Amino acid sequence: MTKSGRTFFLRPQDMIGIAILAILLIVVLPLTLDNFRLQFIGKYLTYAFVALGLVLCWGYAGILSLGQGVFFGLGGYCMAMFLKLEASSVENTKIQTTPGIPDFMDWNQITSLPWFWEPFRHLSFTMLAVILVPAIFAFVVGFAMFKRRVGGVYFAIITQALAAILTILIVGQQGYTGGINGITDLRTLNGWDIRTDSAKTILYFICVGLLLACILLAYFVKSSKLGRILVAMRDKEDRVRFSGYDVANFKVFVFCLAASLSAIGGAMFTLQVGFMSPSFVGIVPSIEMVIYTAVGGRLSILGAIYGTLLVNWAKTSFSETFPELWLFGLGGLFIAVVLAFPNGIAGLYQTYVAPRLGPLFGGATKRRDATPPAPSSSAPAAAE
Amino acid sequence: MFSDYSLAELSSIFVMQGFAGLILFSVFLLMALGLAIIFGQMGVINMAHGEFMILGAYVTYFTSQFFLNFIPDLFSVYFFVAMILAFIASGALGMLVEWLMIRRLYKRPLDTLLATWGLSLILQQFYRSVFGPREVGVELPSWMMGSLPLTDVVEVQINGLFVMALTIVITIAVALLMYKSNWGKQVRAVVQNRMMASAVGINTEKVDRYTFGLGCGIAGIAGSAFTMIGSTGPTSGQLYIVDTFLVVVFGGAQSLLGTIASAFTISQAQSTMEFFLSGSTAKVLTLLSVVIILMLRPQGLFVIKVRR
Repeated sequence: MTKSGRTFFLRPQDMIGIAILAILLIVVLPLTLDNFRLQFIGKYLTYAFVALGLVLCWGYAGILSLGQGVFFGLGGYCMAMFLKLEASSVENTKIQTTPGIPDFMDWNQITSLPWFWEPFRHLSFTMLAVILVPAIFAFVVGFAMFKRRVGGVYFAIITQALAAILTILIVGQQGYTGGINGITDLRTLNGWDIRTDSAKTILYFICVGLLLACILLAYFVKSSKLGRILVAMRDKEDRVRFSGYDVANFKVFVFCLAASLSAIGGAMFTLQVGFMSPSFVGIVPSIEMVIYTAVGGRLSILGAIYGTLLVNWAKTSFSETFPELWLFGLGGLFIAVVLAFPNGIAGLYQTYVAPRLGPLFGGATKRRDATPPAPSSSAPAAAE
Repeated sequence: MFSDYSLAELSSIFVMQGFAGLILFSVFLLMALGLAIIFGQMGVINMAHGEFMILGAYVTYFTSQFFLNFIPDLFSVYFFVAMILAFIASGALGMLVEWLMIRRLYKRPLDTLLATWGLSLILQQFYRSVFGPREVGVELPSWMMGSLPLTDVVEVQINGLFVMALTIVITIAVALLMYKSNWGKQVRAVVQNRMMASAVGINTEKVDRYTFGLGCGIAGIAGSAFTMIGSTGPTSGQLYIVDTFLVVVFGGAQSLLGTIASAFTISQAQSTMEFFLSGSTAKVLTLLSVVIILMLRPQGLFVIKVRR
């Protein structure tokens, strides 16, 4: 790959791609959209973190997780717990039977703050927890499964079951989690009111900044030796294993990385939208997040971002006017992506647009990415 | 948690919850049988399985309405007609789906997941647009209502017993079909080695289509049976899908016996715990233990040794 004279981890066409995305998100959209619409884009971008994680995890490493909503939710809940504690100071909650604890705990006859809420009084702990709690969870799950060579379909089903379990748990433990309503009525972040329009605009830019940083990280992982091992593993796992690599460790790492990325998205979601609820954790949102990635292109980092924006934009604008048609449309999209263009928008771009643009970008004629015609994963691999 | 009850109370609790568990077992098994064929045998992840069940439920509902309005004399036996119609409707839809999309995806099992999820969304919206968003329930014929007293504290619902009997009949039929008939032999041959099977003259495309259709048809019967215990709405199918997949995977995907055993274990565990803990805690504990056992033993309870 270094034959093209590339010493940095970004190729010229990647840099152009990132620059176009950055200009679009930082300049074009804020200038053309009103505040209300811009906040929508900010919300979609939090899902883009999940899609980014899925490109690494599913596209490059061939591990399809149907439980990314779990990590999105864990990150979101960590942030929401901090904000909720800040919003339920003794003065704010003096009408409750026990002042100083979140309102939903008071409604559920809980009289003191549970121990696992206590550390979330500190912002620094919370920020660490946003990254680490999902990563540790992913490590436990990933380690247990990849070491025993559970993969493919079975991994997908088990992660899906985890998403179901966590949702039932959150809904069931109303006193500790806010139940089906989630954690609502969040007001300030270290005294800074996050509900105002100006705060939301600032949060949008923070979100864009974080996303661009994560994109760079993803490119770094992709072009490093690790990224090449991941692709090799996806295509011929046994050969990589026989070459002396411990395949499981690489899988665990990329799964944890994807989990942390999703969690950052979840935390940013809580900050921008002002609440977190179990409806972002379960199976349905998790699978929708997979479709964002699939539509954008499971093998393309930037494609996944555009896929997320596009699907969500379509969802918002269609479901406003034709709520019935939207579900047909979304269902059709799933089927079309799988049957007609398995590599998503990015795949279409590479086949039809890139060859024509090639001469413009200094002869970057052919993509060197490993782009199998149809991403495959050996059938029930676990049942060997 | 046991100390609050006397021994006699505990034993009748276990018997009672055991019966409730048996009904749950029938439900799980009916749901899982179709999936055990589609997922276990063919390796297709059918996320629309729940929607095929709902189709069966709707067919049953309309059959009951038809009998009620036009031939009320035969209402007591409408159910048997409804089940056959449900089987035909779901099976036909299944074969159509196989022909339209599944057959293109046999080499990409994870993609069948996405495609069938899309199908499930379309079917849900279709049900909502055509049959309306509210839940429908069927009227039971009089002989199915009420309950049988076993002892003075333990009672069994007749419709529950009927579902149990139905489950046994269908399970035996599926087992005979898969393991004793010539056709079942062909299915297993295609699953084990598609190229060899076609080399010895089996029409693999046809076998695939009928196998998928059979799995969906059984889902239709399951949905039909469910109308007797609960009501059905456009999105009910989604509620079952995780449980169903766990039952099939837990049992060891390719083994019919495993599916039965795992449906039994899961349902009994859940129903016993449900009495002592809240419903949601019992559900979490059951699912969690299944997931942990699967992590330790990914191949499931029963494994068929095959050379790959």
